[in-house]
Amino acid sequence: MSDTKKTNNVWSRRDILKAGAATGVIAGAPTIFTGRAYGADYLNAPKGSTVTLGFNVPQSGPYADEGADELRAYKLAVKHLNGEGDGGMMNTFKPSALKGNGILGKKVEFVTGDTQTKSDAARASAKRMIEKDGVVMVTGGSSSGVAVAVQGLCQEAGVIFMAGLTHSNDTTGKDRKRNGFRHFFNAYMSGAALAPVLEANYGTGRNAYHLTADYNWGWTQEESLKNSTEAIGWNTVEAVRTPLKEQDFSQYIAPVLNTDADTLILNHYGGNMINSLTQAVSFGLRDKVVNGKDFVIVVPLYSRLMAQGAGENVKGIFGSTNWHWSLSDEGSQAFVKSFGQEYGFPPSQAAHTTYCQTLLYADACERAGTFEPCGVVAALEGHKFDGLGNGPTEYRAEDHQCFKDVLVVKGKENPSSQFDVLEVVEVTPRAQVEYDATDAAFGGAEASLGPCNNGV
Amino acid sequence: MDTIILQVLNGIDKGAAYALIALGLTLVFGTLGVVNFAHGALFMLGAFTAVTLRELLTLSKKVKDESVTFFDAYKEIPYLEIYLGDFGTAIVDYAVPLSILIAIPFMLLVGLVMERGLIRHFYKRPHADQILVTFGLALVLQEIVKKFYGANPIPQAAPDIVAGSANIGAWIGMADSMVYPWWRLIYLAFALAVIFAVFAFLRFTTFGMVVRAGMQDRETVSLLGIDIERRFTIVFGIAAVVAGLAGLMYTPISPPNYHMGMDFLVLSFVVVVVGGMGSLPGAVLAGFLLGILQSFASLNEVKSILPGIDQIIIFLVAVVVLLVRPRGLMGRKGIMED
Repeated sequence: MSDTKKTNNVWSRRDILKAGAATGVIAGAPTIFTGRAYGADYLNAPKGSTVTLGFNVPQSGPYADEGADELRAYKLAVKHLNGEGDGGMMNTFKPSALKGNGILGKKVEFVTGDTQTKSDAARASAKRMIEKDGVVMVTGGSSSGVAVAVQGLCQEAGVIFMAGLTHSNDTTGKDRKRNGFRHFFNAYMSGAALAPVLEANYGTGRNAYHLTADYNWGWTQEESLKNSTEAIGWNTVEAVRTPLKEQDFSQYIAPVLNTDADTLILNHYGGNMINSLTQAVSFGLRDKVVNGKDFVIVVPLYSRLMAQGAGENVKGIFGSTNWHWSLSDEGSQAFVKSFGQEYGFPPSQAAHTTYCQTLLYADACERAGTFEPCGVVAALEGHKFDGLGNGPTEYRAEDHQCFKDVLVVKGKENPSSQFDVLEVVEVTPRAQVEYDATDAAFGGAEASLGPCNNGV
Repeated sequence: MDTIILQVLNGIDKGAAYALIALGLTLVFGTLGVVNFAHGALFMLGAFTAVTLRELLTLSKKVKDESVTFFDAYKEIPYLEIYLGDFGTAIVDYAVPLSILIAIPFMLLVGLVMERGLIRHFYKRPHADQILVTFGLALVLQEIVKKFYGANPIPQAAPDIVAGSANIGAWIGMADSMVYPWWRLIYLAFALAVIFAVFAFLRFTTFGMVVRAGMQDRETVSLLGIDIERRFTIVFGIAAVVAGLAGLMYTPISPPNYHMGMDFLVLSFVVVVVGGMGSLPGAVLAGFLLGILQSFASLNEVKSILPGIDQIIIFLVAVVVLLVRPRGLMGRKGIMED
């Protein structure tokens, strides 16, 4: 009978109802079997005795050195959270709900991915972690292009994103997301902290030439530095964008020689900065005198890894940093000791921020009593803490940016050890680098975190 | 004016690297008829002979660093410095030029093994097969280097004595602001010397004459009782040495990483096509020309009119040249046109 119906292409009303019901059951199945049926009301709720975190860092590309150090710090943080090793900053972090028995009693495990310092590769890697490995939180950097892309992905998927090294204003500015959090400082803060030091050391009325990595981070740092240096009476001669994958900057540096610029601001980071600074020095820029002033170079975002890579060339050059291993507070010392014993050298600022982010996430889960993203968001928003090496710090609720003191550093003239390449010249207080969450450089009044997403 | 001269210098410097790679590519294509996508990997391998030699020269003894008090840190003191003192330090300082001595036999060997071991099996196969197998070989070589040296660029310093820059403004009676790094001038001189040597070898030696004859008419040369295959194999080896030396000398300019060969290879192929397939002078001319154009396209004055032009100039020029002169600047009829 039914055969006859099909061959004649004639469907009865009952057949259509049956087919409709069957389709409804199939379409509804995923939510019935994978959603609330198990009592889980958020994506990738940990089952069993472990919880998996996703460490998504550049293991190749211009920021690979930073990525390697981030990964070391993540592994150390996992060790400490699981109650192994000396505990590092878990001992100084306050207030703390961490117990040294994993997170919420579940042992912490992790998966790693290579972002290749490319946004598409980073997203693919994070997607794999979320869909295949079932991670409940993704963390990592470096590169703000990557951070913004992965933060967006985590928001859509419904997991927490704890940003690693990302310095663009956009990460917690126009591209801020409810599920994303940044402990690292940003380009605006670098400009605000650096300008007074530059004025005190180099005076007013200088002519600055910018070389800028041509992506999200470079643009915002260039804008912030232009604003803050122009506010102290400096003039911006030229701002030239250079491709991120560029290794030879000679064709961008040679034209600087024939302008009336007396200052070169390198908005470069990682391998880019090592190459551009080394090449700028080899072109004799630092030996020049322009308009009666010694030519100077400024590297607004500094890191010890870069400084070591660039060797002698960094001596006397000013920049800013989120944290430095020579700080003498209790938290920093505990972290340097723990990291140093594990790996034989001190941690970089990239390592510091990722270690802090892991602890902050774990602590928020403990305080919220759940891994549920919206619960974690609520626990982190407006949270105030201390003992993680930066003094009193606050995760501002409006934009999920950490506010704390910023360090202005200088390439050390007479290093006392192989790691002693930077010296802290000023600790700029939080009040001086703070801005309004609706500031124009951060997306203005339209910028919004949006709602939190649990992924179901 | 100063800017123009400096950009020309920058351009011919980069162009010199393109020209050296393109020269080898053209040599291999002209003699063996193979489009060798593994040629960039040879450039990279050359650079890593410098890295390897420096690593060997700086094999170190670990000594506790007393200045670090937070944790147990160790300083590495090279054995050469321990046993030979200042002389040992000087040897390490000259690691890049010294590695030329190792790179020549090593790259020759790599070239011979590559040709005899793999590429000769593909002479009679279509160009597509040749491209696939050589591209695959390039990936394998890249991954091997990545396995041992990691993905990060490894800075290589030029010897201290040429670390600064030359005041070329004073040489030619122009502004003092015209300075140019010594090592880049050395690279340029070195590249010109290598190009001259290759041309002289092909023009003024019997071996070169036979090779040129073989490039014109392989069958007739073979009928005269000359083992042209063997000579072409040696030409492949020479092309490998040229690429290797180009990579090695480039290390103080741009720190080498496993991917550097591929970065240069793509542009070098464009150079070969613009110069004219199979034309050695064309490859050299196009190398310098494209290097200079790329350098000028990076000027802000140009970029402000045409944003992003520095990224596409080479390909744009290639399109124009191929439209106007479909066989490239100095290409001849009959090459790759069967």
